[in-house]
Amino acid sequence: MGLLQYFRKEAPKKGSAKLAKDRLQIIVAHEHSSAASPSYLPELQREIVAVIRKYMDISAQDVTCEFSDKAEDDISVLEVNVALPKNK
Amino acid sequence: MAKVIVVTSGKGGVGKTTSSAAIGTGLALSGAKTVVIDFDIGLRNLDLIMGCERRVVYDLINVINGEANLQQALVKDKRTPGLFILPASQTRNKDALTKEGVEKVITDLKADGFEYIICDSPAGIEQGAMMALYFADEAIVTTNPEVSSVRDSDRITGMLSSKSLRSEQQLSPVKVHLLITRYCPERVQREEMLSIEDIDDLLGIDLVGVIPESQEVLNASNMGEPVILNTDSDAGKAYQDAVDRLMGIERELRFVKFEKKGFLSRLFGA
Repeated sequence: MGLLQYFRKEAPKKGSAKLAKDRLQIIVAHEHSSAASPSYLPELQREIVAVIRKYMDISAQDVTCEFSDKAEDDISVLEVNVALPKNK
Repeated sequence: MAKVIVVTSGKGGVGKTTSSAAIGTGLALSGAKTVVIDFDIGLRNLDLIMGCERRVVYDLINVINGEANLQQALVKDKRTPGLFILPASQTRNKDALTKEGVEKVITDLKADGFEYIICDSPAGIEQGAMMALYFADEAIVTTNPEVSSVRDSDRITGMLSSKSLRSEQQLSPVKVHLLITRYCPERVQREEMLSIEDIDDLLGIDLVGVIPESQEVLNASNMGEPVILNTDSDAGKAYQDAVDRLMGIERELRFVKFEKKGFLSRLFGA
């Protein structure tokens, strides 16, 4: 038993630090991107959907609004994508 | 030129007050007139850590409300010349901490010849924490090698660059320093704990010091004596190194590598 444990201890044991770092990298990156987008974005998206709906039949998922900072150009970009259904 | 330095972290219990006391003491020992302000309204503890709890008469909120003047509220440290503390109120609501009030206190402290004004922030991101960081020229972000502390440090770093006076007035940004506390080189080597490099990768803040996990920190707080005064302890030496780096003196990192004790040193306890 004692001898067995001695050899087990020598085996390279992978600690949990790597997992901690991986999880943090993901959550920190996510929080950075969501911190950059303004709080009115969901409301803006809802209103755009409502306006387009007056003219054609789209669902809420067909409109995406994304906000991003272009640090190198010192500007922010609001990207609105509307996927229209094919004209039937 | 006087410097306002906030000691902050977001997360509680990582060592903000311990670090404020140690660093404030270290700066005062260098000969600079230093004050440490406790911003934790309703939960004051800096006085205990610095061992002057029985000499507190007036507090920061009394000064802001004009119920006492600054000289009455400042508690002079008995051990370290040139060191003062401005205690937090134990009774008031944290809303008593107004931007105008804090600004006046800091302006008056500068006029009084203080060279370092250390703001010991409460945990969280509410009024007390925001007021502690608002006027900062520099920040010491205290971080434990642990997931929730690192995440909160990242959040508070974001706030330093968006919610401070320097950011609002588009002055040069708050200079942010990373202070890692409760570091265990042995556990890092076993890959059980985030390493200095890991934390640096995640936060991208300049490192000002690494304080090893040490029993002397609890001893120091039991005695009400900042751990930096224990010049035999690893933690005390590491805080002294951090203070030196804050003042622009280069110091090699110490106590960050685990050395397995050899047979002989184990035998003789060297």
